[in-house]
Amino acid sequence: MKIILKEIRIIDPSILLNEINDILIVDGVINKIGNISEEEYKESKIFEMKGKIVSPGFFDMHVHLREPGREDEETIETGSNAAAAGGFTGIACMPNTNPAIDSAEVVRFIKEKSLNHLVDVYPIGAATLNRKGESISPILELYEAGAVGFSDDGNVIKSVGILRNVLEYCKITNAPVIEHCEDESLSDGAMNESFTSTLLGLPGIPTVAEDLIVARDIMMAEYVDGKVHIAHISSKKSVELVRQAKKKGIKVTAEVTPHHFTLTDESLKTFDTNFKMNPPLRSKEDVEAIIEGLKDGTIDCIASDHAPHSIEEKEMEFIYAPNGIIGLETQIGLAVSELVKKKHLTIEQLIEKFAINPRRILNLEIPSIKTGEKANLTILDSELIWTVEVGKFKSKSKNSPFDKKLLTGKSIAVINNSKMFFENKFFNI
Amino acid sequence: MALSSKHLLGLYGVPKEDIQLILDTARTFREVLERPIKKVPTLQGKTIVNLFYENSTRTRISFELAQKRLSADTINFSTSTSSTKKGETFKDTVRNIEAMKVDMIVVRHQSAGVPQYLTKISNANIINAGDGLHEHPTQGLLDMYSINEKLGKLEGLNVCIVGDVAHSRVALSNIFGLKTMGANVSVCGPATMIPIGIEKLGVKVYNKIEDAIKYNNVLNVLRIQLERDAGRRIPSLREYHNYFGITTERIKNLNPEILILHPGPINRGVEISSEVADGEFQIILDQVTNGVAVRMAVLYLLGTMH
Repeated sequence: MKIILKEIRIIDPSILLNEINDILIVDGVINKIGNISEEEYKESKIFEMKGKIVSPGFFDMHVHLREPGREDEETIETGSNAAAAGGFTGIACMPNTNPAIDSAEVVRFIKEKSLNHLVDVYPIGAATLNRKGESISPILELYEAGAVGFSDDGNVIKSVGILRNVLEYCKITNAPVIEHCEDESLSDGAMNESFTSTLLGLPGIPTVAEDLIVARDIMMAEYVDGKVHIAHISSKKSVELVRQAKKKGIKVTAEVTPHHFTLTDESLKTFDTNFKMNPPLRSKEDVEAIIEGLKDGTIDCIASDHAPHSIEEKEMEFIYAPNGIIGLETQIGLAVSELVKKKHLTIEQLIEKFAINPRRILNLEIPSIKTGEKANLTILDSELIWTVEVGKFKSKSKNSPFDKKLLTGKSIAVINNSKMFFENKFFNI
Repeated sequence: MALSSKHLLGLYGVPKEDIQLILDTARTFREVLERPIKKVPTLQGKTIVNLFYENSTRTRISFELAQKRLSADTINFSTSTSSTKKGETFKDTVRNIEAMKVDMIVVRHQSAGVPQYLTKISNANIINAGDGLHEHPTQGLLDMYSINEKLGKLEGLNVCIVGDVAHSRVALSNIFGLKTMGANVSVCGPATMIPIGIEKLGVKVYNKIEDAIKYNNVLNVLRIQLERDAGRRIPSLREYHNYFGITTERIKNLNPEILILHPGPINRGVEISSEVADGEFQIILDQVTNGVAVRMAVLYLLGTMH
């Protein structure tokens, strides 16, 4: 099948491309950029894309799919659908499933289940068996089966000794160790420790609980020359630690979630459990430091930490409610509204943080918009003003604090694996 | 005169007029409690549920008695198991209770924010009887009532809250209420028990109990709550008593005029010596009596709102 994206702005930062042109895609492969013949226009399905932007497909490296184990909250299919609707052509899924992704069988199960979907799904293997932090998981076997990174996400890798082994062992694969940075002896709380937690009488989790582990991990990565990726960075000091480590050439990268650059712990005043996440929402100062970190490249990428929870689990007394929110379908809107519209990042920088850097961290091939390449594309309307309607989300869970929020910027289509998602429908191209 | 809210969720942001109205109304009910027949028909026909998700003797009995004195119909729902373990969600429990047509819910819960949450899922008047480490507004009100009864005013008084302030809902309600009424509020305790940013509330922090006793008119002495893991924040009860305990010797040497309050239950020999607990400086049992009157006032004012 032939389709043409007409008069679209093409932005591909990895090849320094930024131009308005027509793209001809034939059977899922980029056939021509410009110079399209009259005949080809006649034969093709034309998508009028004036004012829209096409970039390499966006990738979310931090998603919880809940399958296997909690298919009532999300499945590989519904999570992938949510990713496509949110503007993503690839995702990495975290290993805190049941069973955990600590055996090749589970990796293969996920790969098989995600086959034939528009969205590519890459499992993150557990760093330790059952994410318990006691003994390292079969990393090479997991890697061979398709795992692209290793993490005990949801938990920190408990002991430094195990962390060292994981970092060293992972070097054979060049895959990063993705750390959920939280000192567990300091993190027995329900929100950020601050004046607000004092006012609300909620037990606090101090930023130093994160900073200590970020410092520990950086030191260990330096010592063994390993690769560590800091998941969902949330504190000012942690951003500074990563910045300094990068200057020294230590192999550390970092991601941030949209909620950590959008919201502060003041939101908790409503006691709405949709504001309960881990790491918790921090202070205005932390948010500002995170935005600085995004601007100067200290923070490499944006990831949702999409964490589906059932209504009955989330609609609970505050201290008992589980942490986390869904984010796949709001994150582009939040990033454009908070970062691009407020002139913190250019659209090119945003595309780097969403399409290029996460794949680079996970050693995945970076799609580019060139003749002969497979079409792996995200199409954005960066001016579209829309209202979040959680009820219409593809995700099986609805735990989002952004319901009814007005956002600017949305993905209107994605293309990958000879499939297109457009106007709320998947179809083959 | 009427209150500005149909709920009592906390004392944070409650206007001075409301607090004054509750304290004035409580005075009337305090007189009722001295009569041979201590019952008035004010809330006849009203149904009140005491929804207690956490162990409580004194607060629950005090509320129940206040309700009975006002001739309301009272139901007690007590459980120390959380809804998560019980299988039925908190919301379902509340909906079931509400389906029985109740007018008011008095709630105590381990989690901060539960009273706020209740206002979203129920139409009843909600009274917070203690939520997590957050607020315990009727305790704050009865403390203010008792101080005022004894000293004749609140404005300009120096009141210090002593103990595990960070893990006390009594402390926050006292701070909010007393500040609104014009008192100067301070806290005193080991640094591990002082919550972060408390000075932003205009609260002074004393590190030494001697200073707290010397410079204040009133000490509100909190219970060291071993059940709330106080053991991780102090080395031992003995050390706590030696350095922060309220003793007759300290009072006599430093400030014999001081008034001692304690929300109970007392740990004798820990935060307060037996001698002080039973002695001339304290009004601990008056607080208990006043608690019934203050709760009658709150129930009456909320229960008769239109």
